[in-house]
Formats: sequence, structure tokens, C-alpha cells
Amino acid sequence: MFLPKKLFPAFTAASLLLAVPALAQTPAGVTEAQAPGGLLEALVFYAVAFLVCGSALGVCFSKNIVRMAVWLFVTLGGVAMTYFLLASNFLGAVQLIVYAGGTLVLLVFGVMLTSKSPWARFDVPKLELAAAAAVALTLAVSLCVVLMRTEWHSAEGVVAGATMDQLGKTLLTTYLVPFEVAGVLLMVVMVGAAHLARQEKN
Amino acid sequence: MLTIGLTHYLIVAVVLFCAGLYTMMTKRNAIGILIGVELVLNSATVNLVAFDRYLGGQKLDGQITALFVIVLAAAEAAIAVGICINVYSNLGTVDVDRASRLQG
Repeated sequence: MFLPKKLFPAFTAASLLLAVPALAQTPAGVTEAQAPGGLLEALVFYAVAFLVCGSALGVCFSKNIVRMAVWLFVTLGGVAMTYFLLASNFLGAVQLIVYAGGTLVLLVFGVMLTSKSPWARFDVPKLELAAAAAVALTLAVSLCVVLMRTEWHSAEGVVAGATMDQLGKTLLTTYLVPFEVAGVLLMVVMVGAAHLARQEKN
Repeated sequence: MLTIGLTHYLIVAVVLFCAGLYTMMTKRNAIGILIGVELVLNSATVNLVAFDRYLGGQKLDGQITALFVIVLAAAEAAIAVGICINVYSNLGTVDVDRASRLQG
């Protein structure tokens, strides 16, 4: 998405204006900036949430499969930023490398290999669209209402972000068996995918 | 509004989930349905990481489960794309409504 040149100064000014309160907040102390509830955190969160939600809606309203894949790329990047905001740095990096770098490329390969033209469309009846939208909206609204009403106890006890050191130790002690099983599964999947996608020779 | 809590992240996850659900219900292209599945899986991992951060303590269960979800999603995508390519070479299309024969 490219911004028109006319809009660019306005965009820069707006982002500077947004940055000023954040900058004013930061020198108050590094510990406060890292504590949950900082103004900077709120601003960044809303920007990321807007990005994630907007691009997810972009995925579901695009008719074109290539556009869907591009919107999905934005969504995956936004989700990685959400992980960084939640102090899960390693998971954010994994999300970017495995999801945005691996799974998405695989999907794009799938798109390119399975359509006569990449702009092929599959039309769906209007009634079906309306029914699906009704189901999704009802679910979204009811889940939001439930979430708003729930009181999460121990919301105060936010701990400092765990380090990769802790993550690695936990993965190789408590979760050793699932870790090995996942390794075997990946091996099986690699062989299976190669077998499934092979060219039939008659 | 300015204090970002668990609920905020969960609402983002709700939007992701419902977008994925809608995508799965309305797309006829098999790869499009796969993209919907990826959205739903991402919503699940956002939930896991958010709960881990706000309610999990030091045990890291949520983050590690999210890690496994990412691994399984990659595996699932590989197999599903393989199946789609196979379906395409047999039927000439990836329209899921037309893939109705049991024996190729």
C-alpha cells in the first residue's frame, strides 16, 4: 500500500504528534515505561490492534486469493508485533520466521500451482454470505460481551518477560517428550508432503 | 481505556477468530479455506500468549503451547498444500464443491 504524495506530509505530522506524548512519557523512568499501563504501550497497542483487525477483515473480504495472501502477510506481521508487546520476544521472532517466512510462502506456492490464472474467482451465493456474516458477527459480539463482563483475578501480577534462557530450559525439561514428538511429526510431514505432491507417472 | 489489559488482547483474538471463521465459511477455493484456518490458529496463539503474560506466572506454559501450535500449523499447511496440488492435478480445480468424488 503506497501513500499518495500529497498525504505524506500530513501522515508524517500526525505520526510526530502521536509520538510527542510518548516521548514526553519516556524520560520519567525506564521502569515506568516498561510497566503495563504506560501511554506508549497503549498507543502502540492500539496501532497494532488496528493493523491486525483491519488486515484480518481484509483477508475475509478479498475476493481474490492473491490479495488474501498479501493481507494474511500483514496480519501475521501484526500478530508478531502483538507477541513483542506481550514480552514474548522469542515467539515473535518465531512467528516472523516460521509463519511469515515459511507457511505463507508455502501458501503462495499453493496458490500459484493450483490456479489456471492467479486471478481466478469462485463465486458464492449472496444468501450464504449473509448467513456466514450473521454467524461470525453473532459469535464476535457475544464473545466480546462475555470478555467485557469477566473479571480476571490476579491481573496485577504481571511478571517480567521471560528470557529465552528460561524458555529453552523449560522446553528441554518439562516439555521434552512433546518436543521430540513434534520433531518426529515434522519428519513424517516432510515425507508425507513430498509423497502427496509428487507427479503421477502413468 | 489507556490501561492495556488482558481483555484488550482477547478482543483482538476474537476479531481474528471471527474473520477466520467467515473466511472458512465463504471461500470456495481450498487455499482460501487454508488461509482462514491460519487466521483461527493465530487467534488461538494470541490467546495463549496473552493468558501466559497476564495470568500464567513464571511457568511459561502458554508460550510453549503457542510454539507447538506454530509448529503444527506449519506441518498442517505443508500437508494441506500437498493435498490441494493433488486435487488440482486430478480434477483441474481447487473448488471444494467440485471435489465430491470419493475415488479418484
